[in-house]
Amino acid sequence: MVQTVASVGLPIDETLMIQKNRLIPKKGLSGNEKRISIVTGTHGDELEGQYVCYELQRIIKENYDCLTGIADIYPALNPLGIDSITRGIPGFDLDMNRLFPGSENGSMPEYIAAKIIEDLRGSAAVIDIHASNIFLEEIPQCRINELSKDTLVPLAKKLNLDYIWVHSSATVLESTLAYSLNVIGTPTLVVEMGVGMRITKKYGDQLVDGIFSLMKELGIWSGEVKPPKEPIISDDGEVSFINAGSSGVFLPSVEHWKNVKKGDHIGDILNPLTGEVNERIEAEKDGTVFTLREYPIVSEGSLIARILA
Amino acid sequence: MEEKILFELCSVYRDNMRIKGYSFGEGEHSVCIVGATRGNEVQQVYICSRLISVFRQLESQNKIRNGKSVLVVPCVNPHSMNIGKRFWSTDNTDINRMFPGYNLGETTQRIADGVFRNVNDFRYGIQFTSFYMQGSFIPHVRMMKTGFEDIELAKDFGLPYVFRRNAKPYDTTTLNYNWQLWETKAFSLYTNATDRIDEESAAEVINAVLSFLNKRGIIEYNCHEGYISKFIKGSQLVNVKTSKSGFFVRHARVNSKVRKGERLAEITDPYSGEILDKILSPTNGIIFFHADQPVIYSHTPLYRIIPTDDLI
Repeated sequence: MVQTVASVGLPIDETLMIQKNRLIPKKGLSGNEKRISIVTGTHGDELEGQYVCYELQRIIKENYDCLTGIADIYPALNPLGIDSITRGIPGFDLDMNRLFPGSENGSMPEYIAAKIIEDLRGSAAVIDIHASNIFLEEIPQCRINELSKDTLVPLAKKLNLDYIWVHSSATVLESTLAYSLNVIGTPTLVVEMGVGMRITKKYGDQLVDGIFSLMKELGIWSGEVKPPKEPIISDDGEVSFINAGSSGVFLPSVEHWKNVKKGDHIGDILNPLTGEVNERIEAEKDGTVFTLREYPIVSEGSLIARILA
Repeated sequence: MEEKILFELCSVYRDNMRIKGYSFGEGEHSVCIVGATRGNEVQQVYICSRLISVFRQLESQNKIRNGKSVLVVPCVNPHSMNIGKRFWSTDNTDINRMFPGYNLGETTQRIADGVFRNVNDFRYGIQFTSFYMQGSFIPHVRMMKTGFEDIELAKDFGLPYVFRRNAKPYDTTTLNYNWQLWETKAFSLYTNATDRIDEESAAEVINAVLSFLNKRGIIEYNCHEGYISKFIKGSQLVNVKTSKSGFFVRHARVNSKVRKGERLAEITDPYSGEILDKILSPTNGIIFFHADQPVIYSHTPLYRIIPTDDLI
């Protein structure tokens, strides 16, 4: 059943609605069912979660008898952003994932943020699906604030992801959806995968398998599930960053999610005006390239790759 | 006056981006003044340009006091300003959410780092900044509650109000916040314009900065000392919102005195012209902020009022 979580009147004959679809067991609700919430579309240019929302519901609907709890699907927390291919909230140019927990008395974006938190509160688990941005490609991974690792790592291991990154805490991240929910006791897992403005079906299928595995663990799904893969788990200390030292056009020499040795050629930054190589980029240590630059144009400082030692 | 490049970013497709600083006087790093960090902060650059003219004149008259120096950085983000974009030209990140910066990080982290290295050891830091929503303010000094803020010192600007609000998590990466962590006495000055030049409020803020520097013994400048500033906390302001969307027909303007029940604005239907909501003042007071976009969403804060019964 499609429900409206928040609505705001727009000036010219339109209502902005944040909607979810609630799927419940065929036999109805006893009141004791657990709830899993799938949220995505916080950034309007991140689309990987759209396929996951569809595919998850398709499989549930084909196997309705196996649904033993509640599945709430929120495909678009920032519908105006998705519709207008805008990462932030159009009209405000704000990053929606820096507004939580929001405020019912605040501006329109803060009001919506508060209503979303109110609706998600109490879920047994929330999966917040992101897709990097248009600049970087990511392997399917879960990012966990070290403050919540004891609660979240066991849940994340069910999600059939390649990697769990336990990162250090930063005050600025306290205004994210995930932090705001975790701090009120609603376990929330941030998934990053793929690349902005695209859908990578194999990553989506991988995550859907993982969500069913987690649903089974939580008692929300009784059907067969595939055993989740064993993810690599690391903290910040094992991740190194490669940033561009000059501007130009980045042409990679490595493939995403492949191993590299120290000194291996990662790629070149080319100068199309002079026909010269502005910078040759090499791996500074052995590891696996789990983030790789997708968008070719780079400025000094642009992230080229992240390598997991 | 010395013009120097504080940070330079090379580009393949555009001219290099140069962040320039203009310094006056010699000796201790007394005050740093930063203008636009966003590409639409035209008023903020304009105010800096006017200040640079004044400092040039004061320096030629030996009115920058001995052992004191002033640095003005008019624009931290020329690349975005030149294409009419508020945030960073390529990835849309906000430089004023990147401080103190990181010299090995992403582009805007490097810009923030390049600026902050040049401005982090001043006694006083003044930033002209803007609000994320379109609207007009009474010119004021804006501060965050960090434990380092100095309200009494802020009153030396002689602006009508010193406003303090609680810091939010995302504030911790602003220039103002990081200045305070580095023990610079930091102040954000708001005028009632951003992407246009408003001469009247620019003149008021320029006078406020010069008055402050005169009182702090950095320059010799005789001017009107302004107001005896009133201190207000964010929690004291009364917010006025609407549950309707449509045309925002504003009647009461910033700095107006309004009485409880007085008509402030109307929201009208964009097609029929029907009045959907009459916005009445919930209190006696002075209008501190109003939105100024012609069409508005529902739940938009339209006014912020300083409550007072002392209306003459």
